[in-house]
Amino acid sequence: MSLLEFTNVSFNNREEDILKGISVSINSGDFMSIMGPSGSGKSTFLRLCCHLISPTDGTLLFHGQPIDNFEPTDLRKKIAYCFQTPYLFGDRVRDNIEFPYIIRNLPVDDARVKALFSSFQMTTDYLEKEIKNLSGGEKQRIALIRSLLFTPEILLLDEVTSALDVANTAIVEHVVTSLHNEGTTILWITHNPEQGKRHANKVLTIKNGEIQALETIL
Amino acid sequence: MNGSTTIHVTSLMIASSLVFVTLFFSYWQKLKLEKETIISVVRAVIQLVAVGYVLNFVFGYKNPAFTTLLLLFMTFNASYNAAKRGKAIKRGLLISFLSIAVGTLVTLFILILTGIIKYEPNQMIPIGGMIISNSMVALGLCYKQMTADFKNKRDEIETKLALGADILLSSKKIIRDAIKTGMLPTIDSAKTLGIVSLPGMMTGLILAGIPPIEAIKYQIMVTFMLLSTTAISSFISCYLAYHEFFNSRKQLVDRSEN
Repeated sequence: MSLLEFTNVSFNNREEDILKGISVSINSGDFMSIMGPSGSGKSTFLRLCCHLISPTDGTLLFHGQPIDNFEPTDLRKKIAYCFQTPYLFGDRVRDNIEFPYIIRNLPVDDARVKALFSSFQMTTDYLEKEIKNLSGGEKQRIALIRSLLFTPEILLLDEVTSALDVANTAIVEHVVTSLHNEGTTILWITHNPEQGKRHANKVLTIKNGEIQALETIL
Repeated sequence: MNGSTTIHVTSLMIASSLVFVTLFFSYWQKLKLEKETIISVVRAVIQLVAVGYVLNFVFGYKNPAFTTLLLLFMTFNASYNAAKRGKAIKRGLLISFLSIAVGTLVTLFILILTGIIKYEPNQMIPIGGMIISNSMVALGLCYKQMTADFKNKRDEIETKLALGADILLSSKKIIRDAIKTGMLPTIDSAKTLGIVSLPGMMTGLILAGIPPIEAIKYQIMVTFMLLSTTAISSFISCYLAYHEFFNSRKQLVDRSEN
């Protein structure tokens, strides 16, 4: 059974077709790179996966069940979505790190927080830093830590390294591949073909809202 | 005034010469406001004469059911106007009606219970009017702020939703900001009472010959009741209205995709 199954999925907004007749299966443990020109519908594809929007046509199954059958907040806790431009709320980094625990009514797991900061080559000294003083790369890494505090079943990455330098990109890639090796399914939008194929076992190319190619890498 | 509580019509006629001052300035400075000034003055006189006769009739008709009906009519009108400020809020009229009605009911109940006012039309209608109109303004501000925030802060809300937060937790900051926006004018006006201006009710009482020390007691009551109603109405309306920005699948509605 596929983890996520798109069958003839379309999405339109204000009478504009953003995605048209998308049919694709994503299996547990897949590392899928999603490529295509800007405005082709890649982000919409990811937004459908974590139920921030719903298909206007077609069916989308998660674990073989229509995605609408799941309680949205429970579903989104299993499917983490990292935006291209990360949004950090509150005044300090701590506000963002505590948020996933507040949602779940759980105390902050300091050991987990420390380990994640360390994997992104940061220290927990960052917790007290003000958001306004962080660089773009730091913001993106904090946003990723925030999404990974509770290991997701699926990790959706929307061009998360597009604004990062080589060193930061390598750090993020390392964490993502480690996570994939531990069993998390990865869907990663990238504009870099070399990056797209480096770790992926599937490459999905979307153009004008339609699947142009689905390549399996052996 | 000589402590008199009545104004003769002839005195009013003479006072109307003050309108000519406005007309003179408009004509002299070529403001082209003469026509509008005359229309506004005529309208004000007609409306006030009409309302005077209506209130005269209403105050004489001491039926609690009739008073309640009038208060409900005022609440409906205020709700209708407040809802126009939040067109994105689908059930704006119902939410406004509920919020204003509850705010008004609680405040009036406390005022009646403490014996400050009685459930009589000559007290309920003017006091109710003050409360209801203040709530209407507060709700209009709440809706405007809320609609703008849900439009401008979509990234923040969707980030929280994507992390698995419920719609209430994702909207809490927006709700709080909207309630604040609704309440601030009443709080600010309370802060400056007596320093910047003598409020309408107090001025009216003093003009009617009530000693200032007595008049301030009424004004203090009005300040308390306006603060309470604004808080209750803003709170209820914002906590009911935020739902309208989400669909049943806890998704933000009306987002243009790319």
